[in-house]
Amino acid sequence: MTDAVRTDPFLVAGTDVGSRLLLGSGGMASLESLAGALRASGATVATVAVRRVDPTTRHSLVDLLEGLGIRILPNTAGCFTAADAVLTARLAREAFATDWVKLEVIGDDRTLLPDPIELVAAAEQLVEDGFVVLPYCGDDPVVARRLEQVGCAAVMPLGSPIGSGLGIRNPHNIELIVAEAGVPVILDAGIGTASDACLAMELGCSAVLVASAVTRAEDPTQMARAMRDAVAAGRAARQAGRIARRYVAEASTSSEGMVAPRGAVAG
Amino acid sequence: MGVTPGHDVVVVGGGIIGLAVAWRAAGAGRDVAVVDPDPGRGATWAAAGMLAPVAEAHFGEESLTALNVAAGRAWPDFARDLEAATGRTVHFRRDGTLLVAGDPSDRTATDRVLAFHQAMGLAAVRLGRSACREAEPLLSPRISGGVDLPDDHQVDNRAVATALLDACRTAGVTMIPDRVTRVGSAGGRVTGVVLAEGGSVGAASVVLAAGSRSGEVGGVPDSCRPPVRPVRGVTLRLRAPDGVPCLRRTVRALVHGRSCYLVPRDDGGLVLGATVEERGDGLEVPLGGVADLVEDARRVVPVLDEYSLLEVSPGLRPGTPDNGPIVGPTDLVGLLVATGHYRNGILLAPVTAAEVVALLDSDDCGTPPGLGPFAAFRPDRFAARGAGS
Repeated sequence: MTDAVRTDPFLVAGTDVGSRLLLGSGGMASLESLAGALRASGATVATVAVRRVDPTTRHSLVDLLEGLGIRILPNTAGCFTAADAVLTARLAREAFATDWVKLEVIGDDRTLLPDPIELVAAAEQLVEDGFVVLPYCGDDPVVARRLEQVGCAAVMPLGSPIGSGLGIRNPHNIELIVAEAGVPVILDAGIGTASDACLAMELGCSAVLVASAVTRAEDPTQMARAMRDAVAAGRAARQAGRIARRYVAEASTSSEGMVAPRGAVAG
Repeated sequence: MGVTPGHDVVVVGGGIIGLAVAWRAAGAGRDVAVVDPDPGRGATWAAAGMLAPVAEAHFGEESLTALNVAAGRAWPDFARDLEAATGRTVHFRRDGTLLVAGDPSDRTATDRVLAFHQAMGLAAVRLGRSACREAEPLLSPRISGGVDLPDDHQVDNRAVATALLDACRTAGVTMIPDRVTRVGSAGGRVTGVVLAEGGSVGAASVVLAAGSRSGEVGGVPDSCRPPVRPVRGVTLRLRAPDGVPCLRRTVRALVHGRSCYLVPRDDGGLVLGATVEERGDGLEVPLGGVADLVEDARRVVPVLDEYSLLEVSPGLRPGTPDNGPIVGPTDLVGLLVATGHYRNGILLAPVTAAEVVALLDSDDCGTPPGLGPFAAFRPDRFAARGAGS
């Protein structure tokens, strides 16, 4: 665990979940390449698609994550209705022995954009059932607020569509979500490279989830390391407080305080 | 019941790997038995028979690609020998493969892989849309170009399985229609295998070639147990009715980021595949995966709508932590492993059989296995790396 993880805990529903970089396990080239990426990323949480992975198979993804001591966050990938997502989350609770769920309810199978209406309905139901719900949502601040109001433990707005690598298409909306949110904002989906993850943190997100950007990179281990550093850099920059933007230059060394008195400058 | 008289070699599993090993070992003068309740079936039967070292070359898997390339070169002789031994044809076709991009984003992805193939010195040539359609007129005008892979071929895997069963019988291989529950050993050396229906078979050497079940066979020390997991794949068998045109060669396609392949057979048949599902060892066929395959294939080859659906074939690929096969000796003297061939079992069967026969010889002489293409794929590599599972 790095110093940053110890001194700047990342709390979700009162639990310190460790690293601010979460990894998705989909799209892995091989289990070994995923293992290398997980180690290099410093991630302490990885998502697993309940519908795509059997938790009891030996030598599988779940074995690997447990071996590495990584917390499994089940997701409801592949669900298109609230009812379906709720049922899948309940199966996940049985299969993975966790109340935590990354809630995905997809509204369109080409863009894989979330369906906000079904999402809020499913979130409300799952919160009632005692789940810790982390919903994958669009970058709409109103939907994010509704999700928080129904009791979600975090909100996970997209930067751009899943797997697109297009980065954060509407940084202003992410800022608006962060400004309003009383729960952690975890940027999910669309990250293409390290600068995207850094920007998410600079915008004030509490954490970033990456999947394809790492698992489908030519060298997933190297990209995972880059993401880890980018998240740390973005977090530090956010906390450091950036300077204001100006339209004209402001000399980094102003004339005040220079050795020569003002009157001495040629004139 | 009781102990069946001993053999030189017992092969656990009669898929393409086990059968190829048995046939080649018998040809080298050994007395061989194969134990399998349904030989020639399983993943071997569900596969499509692509021999695709180039299309299956992925970032970070350079040593596997080198093995696959060597495996492709072994196929012409293997097919010729098998046909000579049986009088059957296995429909080994050397007409290459077209990799097609479904849309402009897919083209960016195929270009990225193309650059990787070319950097590795593999045969891959970029084609525009018109050149693709000239090479394969059934391709849709909606495609965005592709790549010619002239060294990726195909064989009719079911014809191979049938021929291998024939060849094994002719070569005097004993076929035992049963399941092995455990490997017997005494004093650190194998003694044979124990069968599910009772009784055992004595053998000086045991070759564990049970595909995705290879990790479940008892009596194998934990240190030698191959870390294979089942990765389900579903293929569809189609047929072009009279008057409906057939593809000239194998087409692989990337459509909205998803992969599929279409492998035409000499008789108007076509194999469409394949799903990749990490859902344990069940042979169920979820409709969603099949629907995606059909949707993507129709987009690239519209005339597919006229084809007849004959069969839906689920199989379990033996996946490994690094996607490479597991072939070589173990800590238990006389126990050899030949499994974990994942997506490349048909391609790798000839070189695996040759390797196992060589290993049986070196085992007899007490010499360690030599280098060669399998040096990076020995059973002890996972413990050494401490990765995977």
